Amino acid sequence: MTEILWHGRGGQGAFTAARLLGEAYSLKEYSYALAFPSFGPERRGAPIRAFTKLDRKPIGNRSEITKSDYSIFLDDTLFNENSLNELKSNGKILLNTKKTIDNPQVITLDGDSIAARTLGLPITNTILLGAFAAIFNEISLEEIYEAIRQTMPQRLHEKNIAAVKAAYEEVAV
Amino acid sequence: MAKKFLSGNEAFAYGVRLARPQVISAYPITPQTIVVEKLSEFVEDGSLNAEFIHVESEHSALSCAMGASAVGARAFTATSSQGLLYMAECLPYAAGGRFPIVMMNANRSTALPWNIYGDQRDSLSQLDSGWIQAYAKNAQEALDLALMSFYIAEHKNVSTPFMANLDGFVLTHTYEVAEVPTQEQADAFLPKYETENKMDLRHPRNLGFSAGPDTNTFFKYKEHLGILNAKAVIGEAEEKFERIFGRRYSGLTESYQIEDAEYIIITLGSISGLVREAVDALRKEGRRVGLLRLRYLRPFPNEEIAAAVRTAKALAVLEKDISFGNEGTVYTNVNSALQKADIHIPCSDYIGGLGGKNISYEEIKHIFDRLEQLQPTVNFLGIGGEGYGN
Repeated sequence: MTEILWHGRGGQGAFTAARLLGEAYSLKEYSYALAFPSFGPERRGAPIRAFTKLDRKPIGNRSEITKSDYSIFLDDTLFNENSLNELKSNGKILLNTKKTIDNPQVITLDGDSIAARTLGLPITNTILLGAFAAIFNEISLEEIYEAIRQTMPQRLHEKNIAAVKAAYEEVAV
Repeated sequence: MAKKFLSGNEAFAYGVRLARPQVISAYPITPQTIVVEKLSEFVEDGSLNAEFIHVESEHSALSCAMGASAVGARAFTATSSQGLLYMAECLPYAAGGRFPIVMMNANRSTALPWNIYGDQRDSLSQLDSGWIQAYAKNAQEALDLALMSFYIAEHKNVSTPFMANLDGFVLTHTYEVAEVPTQEQADAFLPKYETENKMDLRHPRNLGFSAGPDTNTFFKYKEHLGILNAKAVIGEAEEKFERIFGRRYSGLTESYQIEDAEYIIITLGSISGLVREAVDALRKEGRRVGLLRLRYLRPFPNEEIAAAVRTAKALAVLEKDISFGNEGTVYTNVNSALQKADIHIPCSDYIGGLGGKNISYEEIKHIFDRLEQLQPTVNFLGIGGEGYGN
């Protein structure tokens, strides 16, 4: 099972990304996913976590992820040294930041700039999803596009697909 | 059929739409709200032709559903926790009136302390209200139960309201894959609701009547028989369901690896998924462990439990419930089934997940480990507390 832990702030769309990823992955046959947010009152701006679990067999464990294969940060103010303790030994962190982090487990990208360019808004959830597709080879861009088409309102399809593609290309290089 | 990525609530709402209810009465409460929101969207976009009545309380929600059912309409409502308790007065009313209303309950803790998270104390407190009670394990079963619940409740031998329970948040708010059948398939499965138990000017009859001491027991006995009859109808519904949709269900219980199991956890709801994973892992170590999931609490699977534990040396009931001053209610019911079948093996109770507390894989493994001591105990998971019988 691959366990992905999303960190964001209320309103940044971390759970939407967690859900899109699960949906994209489970488009294939014999592919299963669970996606859920940390449950509780929702407040704009407050730190939230969301979870995606991916496997080739049905997933029975509905508990929150405590050790992840990938931790994805939409907001670098939520990232600190303790973030590495939530990773499995070969785990990776995908971090939206303008800073440089000198750690082989941490992959950074300037998602805010891509968002400004492709969406015209400081929203990076689908950008981080596109970047994730570049480092996780069990999911294709086309599957993510399809999940966007099935889940998001139609007026958001074109821009978000462009955002996913731009982020993918930046990280895949 | 279409594969969709849905939350438990959404899956249930899709199932309800396929059942074509004529009246939906709704009052929102977390974590149930999404079901009635989704259904209101379906009514708004024209994909569901139903009267959607937004009432002022849960008491009114069920009263309204009863009124609809009393004129022969297929009626649906949904609630959770305090909402279920607020409508509690109406629950035996609907059951005694033999109104086959379907209600989804999102299992959530009851106050005080105030808590919006999942446990099963709300619905289990209403076991004696005369309703059929089913517990889903995942979104697919939730959707399928939504369809089957109308078939079972409305069957002329049953005529009993149906409460379909989904664990709050861990099931209602978790997204997963579910197959959504076509309307044609659903129509082939579920007949139109026809009943003589309705207000009809051409065939007037007495509904909602009084019955004094001389006749009251007779009506209550008939009500009891109605729920007992559900057992055969559940089997019939599942056979027809499998023929049309290709998915198989196993009646009042679902067993996993119990054929030669020495240690069995008996549980209900979505936590069974984690127990199943623990069974798989322990089986790889050569341990003979198994899982029995109670899909229905009413009618109660007395015979199924007795048959499932034939090879067992010890049992544990895992439930998100406590009947204060005694033990978990599911445990009491399971012990009664064992006693009636003259089965005398140690059976322990594990009370966990109260107020949404996570139940971990390690805790499930701990329960299996402790079973080997063959001591019947009542335990509160995660706080080391024990009730009695240690």
